[in-house]
Amino acid sequence: MLKILKYSFYDLMRSRWSYVYFAFYLLLGAVLLFLNTDLSKAVITLMNVIIVLVPLIGTIFGVMYYYNSKEFTELLLAQPLKRSSIFLGQYLGVALSLSMSLILGLGIPFIFYGLFKSNAIWDFSLLLITGTFLTFIFTVLAFNIALSNENKIKGFGYAILLWLFLAVIYDGLFLMSLILFEDYPLDKLSLFGSMFNPIDLSRILILLKLDISALLGYTGAVFKKFFGTNFGLIVSIIMLTLWVILPVLRIVSKSKKKDF
Amino acid sequence: MVAIENLHKKFNKNVVLSGIDLTINDGGIFAVLGPNGSGKTTLIKSILGMVIANKGNIYVLGKSIKHNSAYRNKIDYLPQIANFPSNLKVKELIKMIKDLRGNTLKDKDLISLFKLEPFLNKKLGNLSGGTKQKVNIVLTFMFDSPLIILDEPTTGLDPISLIRLKELIQAEKAKGKTILITSHIMSFVEEVSDEIVFILEGKIYFKGNINELKKKTSQSDFEHAIASILMDNHA
Repeated sequence: MLKILKYSFYDLMRSRWSYVYFAFYLLLGAVLLFLNTDLSKAVITLMNVIIVLVPLIGTIFGVMYYYNSKEFTELLLAQPLKRSSIFLGQYLGVALSLSMSLILGLGIPFIFYGLFKSNAIWDFSLLLITGTFLTFIFTVLAFNIALSNENKIKGFGYAILLWLFLAVIYDGLFLMSLILFEDYPLDKLSLFGSMFNPIDLSRILILLKLDISALLGYTGAVFKKFFGTNFGLIVSIIMLTLWVILPVLRIVSKSKKKDF
Repeated sequence: MVAIENLHKKFNKNVVLSGIDLTINDGGIFAVLGPNGSGKTTLIKSILGMVIANKGNIYVLGKSIKHNSAYRNKIDYLPQIANFPSNLKVKELIKMIKDLRGNTLKDKDLISLFKLEPFLNKKLGNLSGGTKQKVNIVLTFMFDSPLIILDEPTTGLDPISLIRLKELIQAEKAKGKTILITSHIMSFVEEVSDEIVFILEGKIYFKGNINELKKKTSQSDFEHAIASILMDNHA
């Protein structure tokens, strides 16, 4: 698996898009720091960008890489390699190179700004950890979609729909159900609901850490009241880990049954 | 070398293989023939484990291929359409495959045999179909495996390379290897193969040597013998 990971990683490192992605974060980080004198405010702005953008890029890159490396995959399938190591190697290659673009792109301007002397270092680290989680989650979801759809256009369509659903529609439906059933106690339902959306979960994770009640929103407030800050953090991290592990397991089982 | 028992495969509702029983003995050149869409490539991919059969067993070198990947170390496979990662250079691809399968020194001879030196630093996406096929052949023959599977090896080759390929196949046969070939070029099959299998609608229609086929169809010429099978079954 490590060999496949190495080749996928190098392959992506040579691609123009990894640099574009890296340069984007570099620019975003630098601009935010110049415009914002307050580091923790910059972190919040970054959070809002990361929470929407990282899933989108992860989804698109994941689907694109899978379909573009079809030939490479077929070449590998005829070699004495396990199927699970071929696909997991490719997945980790994509996820790692995207995470690296994110961490380096945002990290470099913040280090120059004097992050290590600031109190915001933990908030910032948490932001990067969440961003990395979201990259791993949405890349693995994209790989799942691509593995199940032979048709490129369909695969792309489902992947974008998934992103749209989790980033935008889910919140809307959630809010609507809260308004519709406002006469009932909805604490547990909303708690439950946010567990099933990694984007919501990441938002809560960061906001709980930043301790900004104004931005917590209804879900976050309930979350905080119910779990208390530390317990809430742990539960969200466990949920995010599950969001990576379960789809990875599906890749392993799905890839074993697929014809090429 | 290869034993196939009652192999069934369908893609959705499209039945491709329906009960193939086939034994391929050690040594010699074995041709798998059949009209388009008869299931030749599916059969070969099943042996390689790329296509997972619905029913039946396949044994390579006495071991079942189910839940097994190490056996592919004993197989050299030339795929039908040479699709390579297009942003990789020829040199890098060869190095990568060597890294994955183990080192070999044979690649140098093969590269000079097919005059591929000027292309080593070119990206695979920029090569012509014939050159890609030559790279494909180098990748297949650079390892010394006892079983060689060639799916349409002649595609896109110029006459000189075709002669080289035939010599290469004969040289491997002389080493006692088993070679499995599919091809649409009947003259090529007639020239190289020792035994043929004819697949029709997912079943084995004929297995034996070319003379037996000619006798069975009472045709004096191999190409006509094959054509007469197709005419009889499609008329």
